[in-house]
Order: sequence, then C-alpha cells, then structure tokens
Amino acid sequence: MSQPEILNQAFELGFTYTRSTGPVVGRFLTELKNRRIVGIKASDSRVVVPPMEYDPDTAEELSEFVEVGEQGEIVSFAWVKEPREAHPMDVPFAWAMIKLDGADVPMIHCVAAASEGDVKTGARVRAVWADETIGFITDIRCFELV
Amino acid sequence: MSEEQDVVTVIQAPIYLKYNFTAGAAPARFLTQLKKGKLTGQCRDEPGAPVYIPPRGSCPATGKPTEKEVELSDKATVQSFTIVHIPIPGNAIQPPFIVANLVADGANISFIHLMSECVNEEVHIGQRVQAVWKPEAEWDYAMDNIKYFKPIDEPDVPPEQIGKLPVTGWEG
Amino acid sequence: MRDIAICAYQQTDIVSDAGAQNEVELIMPVLGRTFAQAGINNAQDVDFVCSGSCDYLQGAAFAFVLGVDALGAVPPIKESHVEMDAAWALYEAILKIRMGHANSALVYGFGKSSPGELPIVLSQQLDPYYLAPLWVDSISLAALQARLMLEQGLITERDMAEVVSRSRRNARNNPHAQLKGDISPEDVLAEETYVSPLRKSDCCPVSDGACAMIIATVDQAQAWGLPYAVISGIDHCIETHNLGMRDLTDSVSTRMAANHAGMNAGKVDVAELYAPFSHQELILTRALGLDAETQVNPSGGVLAGNLMMASGLSRIGEVFNRIVNGEAQRGIAHATSGPCLQHNLVAVLEKGENA
Repeated sequence: MSQPEILNQAFELGFTYTRSTGPVVGRFLTELKNRRIVGIKASDSRVVVPPMEYDPDTAEELSEFVEVGEQGEIVSFAWVKEPREAHPMDVPFAWAMIKLDGADVPMIHCVAAASEGDVKTGARVRAVWADETIGFITDIRCFELV
Repeated sequence: MSEEQDVVTVIQAPIYLKYNFTAGAAPARFLTQLKKGKLTGQCRDEPGAPVYIPPRGSCPATGKPTEKEVELSDKATVQSFTIVHIPIPGNAIQPPFIVANLVADGANISFIHLMSECVNEEVHIGQRVQAVWKPEAEWDYAMDNIKYFKPIDEPDVPPEQIGKLPVTGWEG
Repeated sequence: MRDIAICAYQQTDIVSDAGAQNEVELIMPVLGRTFAQAGINNAQDVDFVCSGSCDYLQGAAFAFVLGVDALGAVPPIKESHVEMDAAWALYEAILKIRMGHANSALVYGFGKSSPGELPIVLSQQLDPYYLAPLWVDSISLAALQARLMLEQGLITERDMAEVVSRSRRNARNNPHAQLKGDISPEDVLAEETYVSPLRKSDCCPVSDGACAMIIATVDQAQAWGLPYAVISGIDHCIETHNLGMRDLTDSVSTRMAANHAGMNAGKVDVAELYAPFSHQELILTRALGLDAETQVNPSGGVLAGNLMMASGLSRIGEVFNRIVNGEAQRGIAHATSGPCLQHNLVAVLEKGENA
C-alpha cells in the first residue's frame, strides 16, 4: 500500500436561495423597507418583534400588527472581539437581545460600540438604517448606543 | 401599509460557506497515482475481491477496508451511456457529447467519463474504448488528466462479460 | 411493550482534525469494533440501521450516503438516517423495535466539523428570515444566554470555571477525550474573555470523530449472552425557535423529557449531559434537579471534545459503559440540538443481566 499524501482543496459552497416570505414576514420586511418596525400580538397580547406567524404556546395564527419604536433597551449582549468574516461588522461589536419600545419580546441584532465597556444591559439603543433599504433584515444595519 | 407593488413577497438569501475538503486516505492514494498517469483500483486483500475505481476506502459489499492497490488498464468497456445536449460549464467539449459508464480492464465497477472522437449514433454497450490523456506536463490530482475516451478497434465485449475483464483486456 | 437493551458501544478518539480520513474511513474502524463487541459480522446481522450526521458540517453533499459503504449493505439492508445527532437515530431505532419491525439495530453518528467554520455553519440552522442572514454564530448566542444567567445572579463566572476544571480533570480518565488536564478554576478565570462573557475554555472545542451502538430486544441481548443496559425510558422535547420567547436560564424541555422518560423513578448514579458551554451544564443539572449523589459527566463531557451529530449518542454510550463496568446501577444521558439548548433528549439506562 503506497503512502497517501493528505490532499486538500479549499472550496466555497453556495446555496443561492430565493425565499417566499409569506404575509407576516413579508409585512415586517415591507415596513423595514419603509424604515418602520412592526411586531405582532401573541395570544397573550405580548408584542413579538420580529413578528411570528403562529403563537409558539397556543399555535394560534397571529395577525394583529403593532408598530414599535426604533429605540429600545439591551436585555443581554455578547461582545465580539474578533469579528468573523461572515459577521455583519468588521470591527469589534456586540450581539444583543434588544427589547424595542412597545415590544415585550427581545429581538437579536448587532450593536455598534467603541468598546466593550460602553455596552451595558439596560442601555438604550437606536436602529441605524442602511443607506438603501430593500426589505431585508439588514435594512437595520445595526443598533447604536443612544 | 405600503403600495401594492412595494410589498415584499420574496427575499434573496444566498448562503456561501467556505470549507477545506480532504479527499481521504484511499482517494489520495488513487489521485497520487493518477497524477503519474496511472489508473489504480483498490480491493480487499483477498483473492477474488472486487476491484473498485475510484476507491473511497471501503469495499461497500462487505464494509471492509480496501487495502490492496491494483493497477488498471486505461482501456475500458462501455457499460452504459447517454447523449447529452447541454454544455458543461467550464469544459471545452461541445454538445451533443457522450457521457458513459466505463469499466476499466481489471476493475469490477464502472466510473463516469466522457467519450469523444466517436460517432455518437454508433456508440453502444460493450464497445471498447481507450483513454486520451492530456499532455503529461498538465497532469494533476484529477480525473480530467484523461480528456475523454475514444473508441478502439477491438471486438465488442458481450454484456455478461462487462466488468469481469482482467487487466490484460479482452482477448488478452 | 418490549424492553430494549444496549449491547455494544464504541467510539473513535475525539480529535481536532481527522486529517486524511474521509467519512467512510472515519466510520469503518469504529463499526468494525462495534460488530466485534456484539459478536456479529456486519450490518447484515442486525434488522435495522440508523445514522445521524449533517452534510453541512463538512460541506459534502450526501456525505451520509458514503457512510453506508462501511456497513456491508449487499444484499440490501433496512437503513435510515437523521440529519441530527445520532441520539435521535437511536430514538428512531427504538421506535422500530417497539413497533415489532426489528429485534436489533445498529445506530451510529459521525461528525467531521474541521473542514468548515462550525459556529458559522450552525448560524444557518437559525430562522432563515431574521437570524441566518445576520450570521449570528452559535458561540455568540450561548454568550447571550450566559450573560442572562450571570446578571440575574443565577451563576457566577467561578461556577462556570469550576465546570470547566472538573470536565478537564474527569477527561484525564477518558482515553478518547480531546482536551484533558489538571486545570484549576483559577486557571480558567485567569484566561481572557473570548466572546464575552465566555472564555474559550467555557466553549466545547471543534472535533472530528464517530461512534456506534448496537441495541436489541432484551430477549435478543440475552440470546447473544452479552452484558447489557436496559433503556427504561427515552423522550425528547423541543422549544420555540424564537430565542426571545424562551426562558434561556432554564431548560423546560429537558425537564419535561426527563419526567416523561421516568428519571425520577429511582436513584441516578451517573448523568452524562450534553452541555457545549459550561453555563449550560449548570442549567441542565438544575433543570433536572440533580444533586451530589449523581456523578455528572465523569467522561469530561463535551467540553473535553464535541462530536457534532455523535456527542448525544456518545453520552448514552458513556452511561452504558459505566453500567456494564459495574460503576453505576442506573443513569441518565442527555442530548441536545439547536441554539442555547433548544431541543433536548433524555434517556434513562438501568443495569441489565450480565452487567
């Protein structure tokens, strides 16, 4: 048996999906395109942002949209010292759970900040809009500290 | 709510992921020989064990490792084929062309490769073919060291004999 | 209902990079040892085969099909696959036996995570509209969870460091472990943060490897004359994908699964918990109500090496090993899947004959 070399080949795998949004996600993304953020009322009246199609507890179909603020409060955060290539920011930043004003359930997005020490649970943040909004979650480019 | 035409109904959500693929020990042995212009199969180290090409490392019939390397001929027999009418991106071959299951002499299982220098309408099961290699300077760890297979002037192999020829070939 | 026994379990060493081995080369030796342990030749000698793996890990389409080349599948066998941890392949195999469609089964799992960027690959299992396009990696999500625990005063960084220290020390007795050694909680606390509040040692490593198990009806196990452990209960529960709607400081689904599996019907000598991050072991032990009479993760757990798609099955294998070695009479094994302990499986194992 001959001795094998280790043969490696770097490659990139692409899945070029186009996804249908359905009416609930579509409404949220349409509002983002117009620089507004909406949530949806769950069965127990909690406002869920981004909106879900069905209530996770009762499985009830949800339909009552509620506009929420573009500011909110950090519920928890993770500080990323060394952003990965795929990450939305190329300088150190925070991932955060953010409860927007008028929402009862936090959403996850990134927060721009100069240093880890600037980010605190309970800190107020504001959405920073992309220069061009297209109806995609990254229409909110990031959140910034208020 | 916005104007009807502005309503988002689809998103483009491409996913690109980077990997470093490793061939595996058995394919690496095969590819190393291929770079030298040799086709090798592998089998269990037992008399009469089936010879696989390209080898993956196991004998699928038994689940045992294919530890023995067997040099094969670059002559082969057509086991099946199809005539393709769409181009292969990045390949010079022009449609219509033949993609065939070929069994190299000395192997017991077919691999897929191209056929050319042939009359497509005359290609048939049992036909004898031989590899047309790229110039040696271009050989790499790749099956396209062989550009394609072309028919050779040898008698057809009867269907029941396909996949059972010794490395010395038909009538060998 | 037919009682089901685990009769054999084997695994590879857990390594950071399996190098030249492809999938079938990774699986074949461990299957060979599993068949030998059960005294059978190959998969022809069991009634059913089910495996767990995920092609996205190594970026090779239908990699799991190549695994079938290690089985000896001529003539054809009854075979199935889950794109999940092999603990769920075990669950499928148990159902197959319970329904009377099989008396024995081979279950195996394998993961080759080294070719890709695992935390980023795992980001693509998240909500495809709201989270996957942000590329939120698995470590960052766990860090959000850890901070909730810390800031609510439920745990301290020292508690987390103690989990890491105990895992690495326990792993010294595990010949297959990837990370092992005498490291103290102080050593861990001295490390700088990685994805704050997590330190690198709070996170399981990226690993390659495989494991395999043979299960059978108790009648079949007795006929084989092998020492065995009975799977007296198994269940799994899942929580919503919306992380904002979960209580991330608890694991409701683990507790439910354990209750359904009958964990509380007896003493638990040993528990192998699939906690990829140190704070998650604390969530799990509390959710299950485990106390000092239960030895937690004597193998070192997955902080000592994490075979994606195989670590859940290997938790069950570790408990089986301890029961047949006479170190425990009864134990539980836990498997998890998804971000922040979203989906959880609990199996209860008890000593059988010959064990």
